[in-house]
Amino acid sequence: MEMTERHVMGLIEMLYKMADDQLIIGHRNSEWTGLGPILEEDIAFSSMAQDKIGQSLALYELLHELGEQDPDTVAFTRNAEQFHCCQLVEAPIGEFDFSIVRQYLFDQAEALRFEMLITSVYEPLAMVSRKFRGEIKYHVMHGKTWIEQLSKGNEESHDRMQQALNAVWPLALGMFEEGDYEKEIAEVHIFAGEKALQARWMETVVPFLSSCGLEIPAHSDAVLGGRKGKHSPELQPLLDEMCEVFRIDPSAEW
Amino acid sequence: MYGSAYIDPNTQFEGYLAPGEDPALLAEFEARIAAGDKIEPRDWMPALYRKQLIRMIEQHAHSEIIGALPEGTWITRAPGFRRKLALMAKVQDEVGHAQLLYNAAETLGKSREDMINDLLTGKSKYSNVFNYPAMTWADSAVIAWLIDAAAIVNQLANSKGSYGPYSRALDRICAEESFHLKYGHDNVVFLATGTPKQRQMVQEALTRWWEPIMHFFGPPDNVSQHTEVLMRWKVKMDTNDNMRQMFLNMYVPKIWDLGLSLPDPDLRKNEETGKWEYTEPNWETFKQVINGHGPCNAERLAVRRMAEEKGRWVRRAILKENTPYAIPLS
Repeated sequence: MEMTERHVMGLIEMLYKMADDQLIIGHRNSEWTGLGPILEEDIAFSSMAQDKIGQSLALYELLHELGEQDPDTVAFTRNAEQFHCCQLVEAPIGEFDFSIVRQYLFDQAEALRFEMLITSVYEPLAMVSRKFRGEIKYHVMHGKTWIEQLSKGNEESHDRMQQALNAVWPLALGMFEEGDYEKEIAEVHIFAGEKALQARWMETVVPFLSSCGLEIPAHSDAVLGGRKGKHSPELQPLLDEMCEVFRIDPSAEW
Repeated sequence: MYGSAYIDPNTQFEGYLAPGEDPALLAEFEARIAAGDKIEPRDWMPALYRKQLIRMIEQHAHSEIIGALPEGTWITRAPGFRRKLALMAKVQDEVGHAQLLYNAAETLGKSREDMINDLLTGKSKYSNVFNYPAMTWADSAVIAWLIDAAAIVNQLANSKGSYGPYSRALDRICAEESFHLKYGHDNVVFLATGTPKQRQMVQEALTRWWEPIMHFFGPPDNVSQHTEVLMRWKVKMDTNDNMRQMFLNMYVPKIWDLGLSLPDPDLRKNEETGKWEYTEPNWETFKQVINGHGPCNAERLAVRRMAEEKGRWVRRAILKENTPYAIPLS
């Protein structure tokens, strides 16, 4: 099938939400630098944050090739309502339990997303997906190791993991909010779609969390809106901070 | 970055051979050091050597994690992808240095937990420079360039020291620091050659940081028996004044080349002696800051304490009993 304008719009919409997710989660993960429960976690969260921000940059570059503005302008000058990230990534880091559960649930979805995108007909995206997959493998491993250890650590840590899961789960379901062009990008094999991704994700995370003795929250509604520019009150302050220096003089070279 | 091996002016030394220590073992120990051997964790060493090294390495390790705080606040504000990624990597390196250094100190018999506790109670110190605020993005650039540069001068000297794990850790650390210095320099160059606003930011930051930088190497050394012993044991590798001179010689010309000025009208190189002349920084201020009265001492420790508190449940859930002997990472 030939690519029409709607297909390209679908591709752009998808790239924006992916890039914005990576940028914002990377920003949040970097906030652990200096504050981790052990030094090794400052280092681990910083590594993951660097990968995420690097991945977002690569995706903004793909957007730039499709005619969007350059990555710095796109990342450092938009306001919250122009972002397409899901609300999961915006939430403050909270305590380590929240951050680690979020990290695992987000990265497991990313790992599956990029695995699906390896066969995308949009070759530049397939190419970066191959590269990202190698990085995300370690992020998933990090999240799983911690969740397993803390769920089975002691009563307090188990309870904390369960409570964190209860808090993160509806936000995590919001990752799979559908866009306006799901049908278009699926029919030309750019991406099989959010529903397909969510099914794979459920098949992966549910057995793992259960094996850790954690209960999946029942009757939990997805927190939606992020993909359409509707965000939690935490996003704009994050962006104000992120853009504080850049906006002193956006035309300056920093 | 961040080690600064000045001897805390509050430190009181007793005799350098502890009661019961065998002078014959001491003679053998000193002969090995004189021959350029490295002392390894399980070798015999005088108690004073162990004590001074723990103090120094621990102080260096604390400086790395506390130093991550003023710079860390700029990670989330760094302008543009290039700077953001570079600063994240840099601060991560610093935390990695802390990991390496805590381990080197652990090989001498003090646990990381005990060291962190001593940091939080104020019993053990960290480099004074981190008790000053990084007020703007330009401060973070000046820190990355000049504090890291000063640290390299210090650490290159100390990497020739006699304690194996510390000396090897410093070799690795210096290799990474040289990248930080390039990052910092590049950052300062962009500001100094940028818009009027950027130039103003970097000049103000430099002016703010000059006294802490001059303080960095510590006050002029007292010519004491202890300094002499620590230098003979290759714990302290050079005098504070020598290291300050090396730093001034390497970096003042570079600062002036960028058209930036330093807040010391008497700063000049005496071509006859080859030495830099400068106004002595206020050493009373230095002492005040070391003793907890700097602009950010309370804030830095409060943040560290908060991180320790918040992370306690995690450590309780996963950490095993301390093993008595730490295997050197370097």
